[in-house]
Amino acid sequence: MPKLFPKSANRLPLQILTFVGVLGGLAALGVTYYMTPKYTRVGYAPVQPVPFSHQLHAGQLGLDCRYCHSNVEKSGHANVPTSQTCMNCHNQIKPQSPLLAVVRQSYESGEAVPWVKIHSVPDYAYFNHAAHVTRGVSCVSCHDRIDQMETVQHAKPFSMEFCLDCHRAPQEAVRPRELVTNLGWQHPAGASGQLRDGQKLVDDWKIKPPQSCSGCHR
Amino acid sequence: MRYALLVLAFLAVLAVSLLGFRGATFVKPPIDVFPEWAFPGMKRQPKYKPQAESKFFADGRTDRPLPPGVVASSYGPAGQPLRDDDHLYAGKTATGAWAPGFPAALAIDRTFIKRGQERYVIYCQPCHGALGDGQGITKAYGMGATPTYHDDRLRQMPAGEIYNTITHGKNTMLSYADKLAPDERWAVVAYVRALQRAQQGTPADVPAAQQKELGIK
Repeated sequence: MPKLFPKSANRLPLQILTFVGVLGGLAALGVTYYMTPKYTRVGYAPVQPVPFSHQLHAGQLGLDCRYCHSNVEKSGHANVPTSQTCMNCHNQIKPQSPLLAVVRQSYESGEAVPWVKIHSVPDYAYFNHAAHVTRGVSCVSCHDRIDQMETVQHAKPFSMEFCLDCHRAPQEAVRPRELVTNLGWQHPAGASGQLRDGQKLVDDWKIKPPQSCSGCHR
Repeated sequence: MRYALLVLAFLAVLAVSLLGFRGATFVKPPIDVFPEWAFPGMKRQPKYKPQAESKFFADGRTDRPLPPGVVASSYGPAGQPLRDDDHLYAGKTATGAWAPGFPAALAIDRTFIKRGQERYVIYCQPCHGALGDGQGITKAYGMGATPTYHDDRLRQMPAGEIYNTITHGKNTMLSYADKLAPDERWAVVAYVRALQRAQQGTPADVPAAQQKELGIK
């Protein structure tokens, strides 16, 4: 009677296991690498209706973030400025620029400028800007060096891990209130100085960042 | 076996070459790993968020403009939703003239002026300059003549009129009422007064302890 299976079939179970293992490993790698915000969101830099440069306005001119995002200390939502805010200067500076046509039109008609939202969290996550900036968390902690960006891009992942890293160790980020919009500031004594003074501010202000689910999800 | 692994390797290389690496900039809206059609109502709940787009209202905005004549009750300091203090909210005295001084409701102290300084640096300094001399950074970019605070006209100007200028703007300066609450506007007025006073300082104003340090005799 001829053999039903060739001799090489003896290796088959091991080969199948190896293949499935490699396949599973690759799939896990792919999911971790490509299906997390570090890939899906970081680097998002949509084309805006007006080519506004933060590098020029916040970096070169040194305008404070709050000149335009004026409600950030009072409200959970950091507002995109009204077109009147633009016109405060641009009624005299480059008043005829074609790049600003959308802003002028908006100012005259009252229609909103259709800015494209870049940074967003899901509707089930409640982030409050005022709670963070009035307690010494700088804009740079989440938005990176916006003052050096010609075009704004999503720089940090905004994943839950990203939030929790800071909520677990606020002393690494908390700085004096008057330095919140100074994006280039780093503690002069380096990381150890930041930890020491950060811890002091955390204690003084009784900062207790929530780590429970309901802290952010309601 | 070898072929199967080779195909797998090929697929992996193909995926990497199509999807690229983390951190590359891109313009198109981000990929949704849990798309709305598969998980409806999870990430996008049927609710309005500030400054968001609305498909319901004709003007496309979720932020509704106030109907004419409406005053939001939460606006302004607690306990004064009616804003019935003309001095505090309009800078005027009972006769309708510009109030020369500060409203009685506000305590003018160091903290208040510091608050004014902080607000001044954010909202006024770009044009009026750190010293209030009208030499702000915007001047270099084509901003028209910004008046200096250090002439008699502005030194004599009643505080109420400066408050009114912040509230409603004047000439080419637009209103800052949306950026500065009434008490913050008064704080800025106080700081403007401090700037004016600073420019008129004399060696006699320097405390004795610092006079030596600064080489004043």
